[in-house]
Amino acid sequence: MIIKGKVHKFGDDINTDDIISAKYLVSTDAKELGSHCMESISPDFAKNVQPGDIIVGGENFGCGSSREHAPLAIKGCGVRAVLAKSFAAIFFRNAINIGLPFLESQDTDAINEGDILEIDLSSGIIKNLTQNITYKTAPFPKFLQDIVEDGGLMNYIKEKEKKHV
Amino acid sequence: MGYTIAEKILLAHTDLKSVKPGEFIEARVDLALGNDITAPIAIEEFKKAGFTRVFDKNKVVLVPDHFAPAKDLRSANQCKMLANFAKEQGIKNYFEIGCMGVEHALLPEVGLTLPGDLIIGADSHTCTYGALGCYSTGIGSTDLARAYVDGKIWLKVPGSIKFVYKGKLSKWVGGKDLILFTIGKIGVDGALYKAMEFTGPVIRSLSMDDRFSMSNMAIEAGARAGIIEPDEITKKFVSQFKRKGKLYKSDSDAVYEKTYEWDVSKLEPQVACPHLPSNVKGVSELKDIKLDQVVIGSCTNGRISDLRIAAKILKGKKIKPGLKLIVIPATQKIYLECVKEGLAEIFVRAGGVFETPSCGPCLGGHMGILADGEVALATTNRNFIGRMGSPKSFVYLSNPAVAAASAITGKITHPDKI
Repeated sequence: MIIKGKVHKFGDDINTDDIISAKYLVSTDAKELGSHCMESISPDFAKNVQPGDIIVGGENFGCGSSREHAPLAIKGCGVRAVLAKSFAAIFFRNAINIGLPFLESQDTDAINEGDILEIDLSSGIIKNLTQNITYKTAPFPKFLQDIVEDGGLMNYIKEKEKKHV
Repeated sequence: MGYTIAEKILLAHTDLKSVKPGEFIEARVDLALGNDITAPIAIEEFKKAGFTRVFDKNKVVLVPDHFAPAKDLRSANQCKMLANFAKEQGIKNYFEIGCMGVEHALLPEVGLTLPGDLIIGADSHTCTYGALGCYSTGIGSTDLARAYVDGKIWLKVPGSIKFVYKGKLSKWVGGKDLILFTIGKIGVDGALYKAMEFTGPVIRSLSMDDRFSMSNMAIEAGARAGIIEPDEITKKFVSQFKRKGKLYKSDSDAVYEKTYEWDVSKLEPQVACPHLPSNVKGVSELKDIKLDQVVIGSCTNGRISDLRIAAKILKGKKIKPGLKLIVIPATQKIYLECVKEGLAEIFVRAGGVFETPSCGPCLGGHMGILADGEVALATTNRNFIGRMGSPKSFVYLSNPAVAAASAITGKITHPDKI
């Protein structure tokens, strides 16, 4: 899958309270959650983000709570992929399970706000079209790719159940 | 080559012959927990995928505790989803307000979490139960939905990091200070994807309540689990329950990615400053931090021994005029103990409020939200921007003794000064 979009840049330790404040956890609707995405730390983000845009973070992206509302909010506001140096473990699994594409890359410091990236998820190759540079990352292990290819964990389980019947 | 306690418990919940760090496994869970924020998505996903019955109604736990008693109509509807699902599936371990408590204080109290178990919870502080020598870990709502289907979870076997605490703790220093000190040393991603194992003579002499406080905050260092090997204190705690669990210990030749060893004899009470749990200082380093609110409670420090310490300091005293003191016992049982022992009266006479069990203000839900510019000291676990309300507020984290002392003076204070 190839994803092309404009970069919104964030720092290290972006936590789940930053991504979606607890006061909005009275909804399970991705669009509604998305309209408040990053509100505490970047009040205009949800207003300015365009469908297909890409979030670029630093270390430990998505740390804090287990709220799946965080990757849902990111998906719901139109962001197509997240790139960061490292991801917090629960955010990592939630993103896999709901099919929010993301990649780990150590090159995020070199990427600027507003750059246009083209990400190839299966090969792990990221092209920075603005700076004309290519970054390489390791693609996911097969087990995780299978879940993503099935369209998330619940579809993966349904496929598994079918094979057992 | 030997195994760590984390690896042993995970292996015992698979059909595999061996496990190693970094490997992806599918494991059987003994308990699957959800709350009023995370279970609604799990229930929706479970039904949307066409499933009708949970894998084992006795292994599913539902606790409406975050926004309960329902703070508004939408929260009420989310809580109601849990009640309806419990009824429809015949789930006994649904805890309505009145028998409800903050989930991570409640589950060990009723004997649902035992040594050797593999427990998943759609709440990041599920790592709390590691204090009992089980592997418990926070997962997401879709993970929970999947566990409802077949009782399984996908996991990456974490590498383990060993933390050895030596010496003798000073007065007013406990589990909360040890874990804040540790996070301060290694950072909020210092144990990312790892299992933390807490050990050494200091841990062996810690009470269960203090152990729960430590394991509770393993997630604040990015860890998947925070485990303490079971010992006589663990055995005594579980002896009150019918099920005893299984006691695992790390092998002497187990492999650790890192070992930290600290003499904590000189450690003073620790305080995490805004806006990260790793921004830790000794209490005496903080001069003149004026407070608007003090919160004593949560899954970290809302247990009976926490409230006894706070009451001991507040007995016969008044809090600083204009300051708001909020005390929240973590469960109904603890609430009742506070009433019986006269602790509730001490808090109220001091000028505080004594609230019903709930996560309440800890995550900025209700029952004590911070206004713009307000400063709070809380015995909770996170101090991210806006965590307790306004994005323009400030949260400091400490143990209950420091919180109680600070409520009296109106600024962050060492309990020795009272």
